Amino acid sequence: MKRWRLWLQDVVLPPAVLLLVLLLVWHAAVEVGRIKPILLPGPLAVAEAVVRNFGKLARAAAFSGSAAGLGFLISLLAGTLIAFAFSQSKWLRCSGYPYALFVQTVPIVAIAPLIVHWCGRGWHSVVLTASILGLFPIISNGTSGLLSVDPDLLDLFRLNNASRWQVLWKLRFPSAVPALCAGAKTSCGLTVVGSIVGEYFVGYGSRSYGLGYLILFTTDQLRMAELFAAVLASTLLAVLMFSAVSLATTAILQRWYDAPIEHRR
Amino acid sequence: MEYGPGVPVLREVSFTVAAGEFVSLLGPSGCGKSTLLRLLAGLLPTSAGSVRLAGQPAEFARRNGTRVAFVFQDPTLLPWRTVAENVRLPFELQRSQAPDIRDRVHAAIELVGLAPGDRRKRPRQLSGGMRMRTSLARALVTEPNLLLLDEPFAALDDVLRQLLNEELVRLWQQSGWTGVFVTHNVAEAVFLSQRVLVMTARPGTILAEIDVPFPYPRTAALRGTAEFARLTATLSQRLREAVL
Repeated sequence: MKRWRLWLQDVVLPPAVLLLVLLLVWHAAVEVGRIKPILLPGPLAVAEAVVRNFGKLARAAAFSGSAAGLGFLISLLAGTLIAFAFSQSKWLRCSGYPYALFVQTVPIVAIAPLIVHWCGRGWHSVVLTASILGLFPIISNGTSGLLSVDPDLLDLFRLNNASRWQVLWKLRFPSAVPALCAGAKTSCGLTVVGSIVGEYFVGYGSRSYGLGYLILFTTDQLRMAELFAAVLASTLLAVLMFSAVSLATTAILQRWYDAPIEHRR
Repeated sequence: MEYGPGVPVLREVSFTVAAGEFVSLLGPSGCGKSTLLRLLAGLLPTSAGSVRLAGQPAEFARRNGTRVAFVFQDPTLLPWRTVAENVRLPFELQRSQAPDIRDRVHAAIELVGLAPGDRRKRPRQLSGGMRMRTSLARALVTEPNLLLLDEPFAALDDVLRQLLNEELVRLWQQSGWTGVFVTHNVAEAVFLSQRVLVMTARPGTILAEIDVPFPYPRTAALRGTAEFARLTATLSQRLREAVL
């Protein structure tokens, strides 16, 4: 009972109060300052747009969310495999790492059109864009996790004539799980960004579209209240993704270590 | 054995340990004791000279039936595995097909003084002493010919260290392994071993070789005797010479 009250008091109440204040300021500014709705719609207008377009927003969020989700799984899998390869050969690591950095540093807006050009318009190109953006944190965290293994444990494995595969599977990979989990948390937020940017260039066709496309055409048509509603939906989607991955990593670390606290980031 | 250009870690170290013997390497920090132990295990190559186990080069012997186990300074357990899973690890790595692995794991856990209820616990649920016991069980489970111990009790408090020393003596007497124990604690070396090799600081060499005449089984009462105090004092003096 006391914990619930503390939780309300410290975690829920302060941001809720701040939100309320900001909404009031926003509302007052729009009403009193007579800001044109074409520049900044009031909170009530945005709320009304959310309610009116709820079905449309939910469908768009489902499209973007599924692309981001699949993109995340692909970057998790591909990133882990690349990290495996990097951990097995110094030569591979030294030659490959600069190009892994490439996927981190290249502006996604610059290569998204290229992806569409090569892979065509459609959901799969959005998935690809999302997975490229989510790849690097997994590679870098995974590689350092796989390499930073207690040298005494490596000696123990050698002493028992362990194979390279056993060292990787029974020692390096489990040791790297906390680092991979930290990477996954960074990565999942990025894949939402990736899917929305991807949709700027792709679109799914006339009947189905994601939040990115919604943001693009409401901006073009100056439907500001709807634009704000779409931005809100994108934020909620990212929060949802992050919470889901956070919960999953906490559960995994708890199961493996019985003490997840020091691995929380 | 050299560590970096021109700085030998060990020089002209030569000794023999008989099968079934318990020998301690006593020396100040940084004298190359741990390096020596890793050379014995065949985990490091020698830059000159050779290490032979049962007449064969160390690594070759290890790959051909001589069972070598190592107890590290830290318990060095896999945190994601339970006690029983940690103790079973050597069998897994050696792809052992022995039908009685489960029983041997349970027996080893019991042997080091852990309760059956501890088998399913994970390292973080255990105290420092219990983790070290788990580490001992993992070393003993394969019934090694040679057990190498690298200051295993250095991080534990005095009472616990003494208790575990007494248990180690008991374990050594029960089974037939050869023990090489590295420590910088004089009383520990005297209490455990039949023979103590005193080492100097870098480059490590063997300064003195001292027999410990006390009969086994050795119990806590030994520490209170005048002979024990005298031998400990002698060895402390030699150790001081090694540092100076």
